[in-house]
Amino acid sequence: MQRFISFRDFDWVLLAFVLLISAVGVVEIYSATLHTKFVGAHIRQIYWIMAGLVLMLVISRISYQTLLEAVPWMYVISIVSLLSVLLFGQKYLGARRWIRIGGATHFQPSEWVKLILILAMAKYFAEYRQREMSFFDLVKAGSVVGVPMLLVLAQPDMGTALTYLPIAVMALFLGGMKGKHAAAIVLSLAMVAIPAWKFGLKQYQKDRLTVFLNPDSDPQHKGYQVNQSLIAVGSGGIWGKGTTQGTQTQGLFLPVPHTDFIFAAFSEEHGFVGALGILLLYFMVLMRLIQNAQTAPDRAGAFVVMGVVAVLLFHILVNVGMVVGFMPVTGIPLPLMSYGGSSVLFTFLALGIVMNVRMRRFVN
Amino acid sequence: MVFGREDKVSPIRITGVQYVILLVFLLLGYGFWRLQVADSDYYASLAEQNRIRKVPILAPRGKILDREGRVIVDNYPSFSALLLRDQTRDLNADVDKIATGLHMDPEDIRTRIKRFEGMPQYQPLILKDDITPDELAYIEAHKNELPELDTIRASRRLYPKNGFMAHVIGYVGEVSEEMLDQPQWEFYKAGDVVGKSGVELEYNDILMGQDGSRREVVNSRGRVMRQLDEVPATPGKPLKLTIDLDLQIAAEQALGDKDGAIIAMNPKTGEILAMVSRPTFDPNSFAVRISRDEWNRLVTDEGKPLMNKAIQAQLAPGSTFKIIMATAGLQEGIAENMKVNCTGGASFYGRYFKCWISARHQTHGIVDISKGIYQSCDVFFYTLAERLGIGTIAKWATRLGIGQRTGIDLPQEASGVMPSEEWKIRNFKQKWYAGETISVGIGQGAVAVTPVQLLRAISGITMDGRLVRPHVVDYGDIPTDLQARYKQVSAKHPDLEQVDIDPKNWETITDAMANVTTPLGTAGSAHIQGVDFAGKTGTAQLISNQGKARLSNGKAQFKDNGWFVGVEPRRDPEIAVVVLFQGGEEGYYAARIASQVVKAYVDEQRGEKATQTNVAQAHPVPPPTAAEVEDGEGPAPENPTFGSTATVPSEQKPVVVPSSDRQPGAKPMVKPATKKPAIPEAKPSSSPSQPGGTAELHAPAAIPEMAGIWTVMDEDGEEALRSARFSIQPGVLKRATAAPGMN
Repeated sequence: MQRFISFRDFDWVLLAFVLLISAVGVVEIYSATLHTKFVGAHIRQIYWIMAGLVLMLVISRISYQTLLEAVPWMYVISIVSLLSVLLFGQKYLGARRWIRIGGATHFQPSEWVKLILILAMAKYFAEYRQREMSFFDLVKAGSVVGVPMLLVLAQPDMGTALTYLPIAVMALFLGGMKGKHAAAIVLSLAMVAIPAWKFGLKQYQKDRLTVFLNPDSDPQHKGYQVNQSLIAVGSGGIWGKGTTQGTQTQGLFLPVPHTDFIFAAFSEEHGFVGALGILLLYFMVLMRLIQNAQTAPDRAGAFVVMGVVAVLLFHILVNVGMVVGFMPVTGIPLPLMSYGGSSVLFTFLALGIVMNVRMRRFVN
Repeated sequence: MVFGREDKVSPIRITGVQYVILLVFLLLGYGFWRLQVADSDYYASLAEQNRIRKVPILAPRGKILDREGRVIVDNYPSFSALLLRDQTRDLNADVDKIATGLHMDPEDIRTRIKRFEGMPQYQPLILKDDITPDELAYIEAHKNELPELDTIRASRRLYPKNGFMAHVIGYVGEVSEEMLDQPQWEFYKAGDVVGKSGVELEYNDILMGQDGSRREVVNSRGRVMRQLDEVPATPGKPLKLTIDLDLQIAAEQALGDKDGAIIAMNPKTGEILAMVSRPTFDPNSFAVRISRDEWNRLVTDEGKPLMNKAIQAQLAPGSTFKIIMATAGLQEGIAENMKVNCTGGASFYGRYFKCWISARHQTHGIVDISKGIYQSCDVFFYTLAERLGIGTIAKWATRLGIGQRTGIDLPQEASGVMPSEEWKIRNFKQKWYAGETISVGIGQGAVAVTPVQLLRAISGITMDGRLVRPHVVDYGDIPTDLQARYKQVSAKHPDLEQVDIDPKNWETITDAMANVTTPLGTAGSAHIQGVDFAGKTGTAQLISNQGKARLSNGKAQFKDNGWFVGVEPRRDPEIAVVVLFQGGEEGYYAARIASQVVKAYVDEQRGEKATQTNVAQAHPVPPPTAAEVEDGEGPAPENPTFGSTATVPSEQKPVVVPSSDRQPGAKPMVKPATKKPAIPEAKPSSSPSQPGGTAELHAPAAIPEMAGIWTVMDEDGEEALRSARFSIQPGVLKRATAAPGMN
């Protein structure tokens, strides 16, 4: 029997945190694009957020179990679309990432594959109930993520490909991966990574991955973005320079201040206090998500929510880590704050599924 | 479905995830703490450097004026191309485009970028000086593609043309790295334009101003968003020389294109009134950046055009040395009653020494000291040298400054050589041969003098033994705060040295010198009617007669040098002149050159009254647009060409024409009638007292053109006479600026 699903069970607290972060993001987008050709982007961001909210409400009405049942089909479609990107995609800046779907609309499938992978892993582990995982099962589960990851890497889009990794890691960890298996994977990854580094990666990828370690080594080129980010953040001080007052942001020294480096722009204008405040909000969002996972009606639901946690955490770690100089420049946006339709829609869609999981916690 | 414990995700693992999240956020929080709290000041300063650009405001160098305030060296406005290095761009990638647009060698640009690497990023470097209008247009048109290019206004040096007075003035150039290593240049920085020779070098501290700067807030594209503050440039101070332009013109014309040097000096004060050296060079070709070819040509030219022969040539003085011999002989009490019978030569120490008269198959007969001087009898002075001995000769010559620097305020003065027994042992480890003394007696052998040294010695003898320090700038004209420094520098050369000479003796000598320019003497043709012009000729061999016979087929480089040292009037002279005519064969040619200079001087003195009224008229007439024309900053309403040439790149170089032409009738006081400005065929009209007849010897056609740029500064240091006399016609300025170094 199914209990009536009501919006009373909607996670209003989570939504409040999410909307607060989004609002801060909109204000910062306004401030950062004031003197650029992107002026007015904050308005478009509001539209994206509103679209995302609608999408979230819609998806929250659909039972996640229904989604899980459709996963095999969705997975096949994902693989096909990734392949077709490789074969027929639009080449832009040296990489094929988009499929043109009539007129000026472009579709980047790799972003949506993330969501499907979360569901796929949840489905896989919902049916897999052993306390400990055998190595064969581990490889099987890993390749569910590994195949699309390789396809995206081939585009080449290392940034997006990397975002698939935490989905697998989280699922395997929660699914009961053994410690020795984890060690074996890390070891073999290292053995693959070293020759891959030597022969597989393109020079610009290597540069981007290493320059953050020493941004002054090449300040005019790859280190420039890192350096400018550090200067913007550092010069913000404790209290910041105020909205629209950040000299590095307003003077266009900070690269892409409304997308990838929005947190640097925010930190310059709102200082250490502001940065910690936003970090705290993100922390609350993640904790709230985990709470939802803990109260999920079944294993699959918990896996779905934890997959979302994994993706969000990874985005936050890589993006904010890049802003403070701990991480390489990978072009991974900050969820909820960075300007961009794909990122906003993905986040709200993922949250919509989480909402559904939460609303069904008393079902069955 | 059955929901057992198996159905739940391991709570321990979820807690583990929570701890991982906490760890990640603590790490990120630490990242912000490190940047925004711990090192906040450091990043704040980087942020300032990021956005604040310092643009230099170049200070114009001070003008160089003649003794009456007429402008000899001026500045003209020009544009320089700047390279902003604080851009985010890869400069090396743009080098080829920049090189094409600015007509430069890409390698030159790369080395320049490299040279400035050590300096702060926000300091732009000057890529090219004095860019042409089309280069200016290129920069303006490529603001978006090449945002690192910018332009800056600068004053460039405008020197007289055709090498007029080039050796006194010198030239400017960018301070070299070798110079920067030396202590006196330690406060200068790479890229500074400093004097490199002549007065420009010697008085660089006065002439060079202090560059100012402007701080601007810029965005990452280099666009100026806000002005912060401005430190205005302090222009260099004008420097007044002791040179008299009228006399300088006369001297330049008198020497023409002959190799050699002329110095005219006031023997009472040491003020240099005129100084010429030939061959000459065009300092305008250094005013921008000299090309390698032009430089190589100048340094390899056999005539050594960069050498100021007036102070750097070290040559045998020939018979002019006989004045020093006579002084020594008379003071030692040997010469006064000495009589020698000249038979065309005489034997000393077993060797026969000829008198110059023997070449004419004549003899001097009985010769005393007076006739010895005006007839320049060698035998008399051979005998005198034998009796005095090298020691006494060297003693007197040294007292009179032979073989020593005079301390003239021009760089790199040579010292010359006065040989003696000690000198020979010290330098050659050889004994002095008695026969060498005989050669020294007529100014040959090892003795070598500079023209300025010879002038100081001989004019000093005629001035009762008062030896002055020659100078081109009067202490009184040096700004007071810098006086001490220059005094200290030349402390080892006192302004006045008194050598005790019996008045009876120098009277004998000067009387004899006066006879030189009479039919009795060796330079009768140098006589000036109604002028008491006394002097001494000299003909100095470069190599021995035997050597000459062997080597020469009359080749110019072995021709004898002609010398003349003269004073006017013979008692208490007002002017002393030395002429070195290299390859001039006979001293009397040099004497004729000297007589032209002296005549010009005397004419000027006598015509002074007439000229003065002429100049005085112009003084109270400061044409209002004169300064604007010069600085290019004023509104210049009457003629839009001036104000706008700076910004309209398609225009020709600034065209400055006399205001009388621009505003006919507007300034009746200005009298351009006698001074047809800047037309090539114009006479050297700024010296109206000068009769046209002096130009007979060879007047370079270009010198009248130089008259065009002279102006007079009034009491406030403002240019008063500019529009009357100042005129830069397009062609003239073009040649002045389009130096070979440009393209």
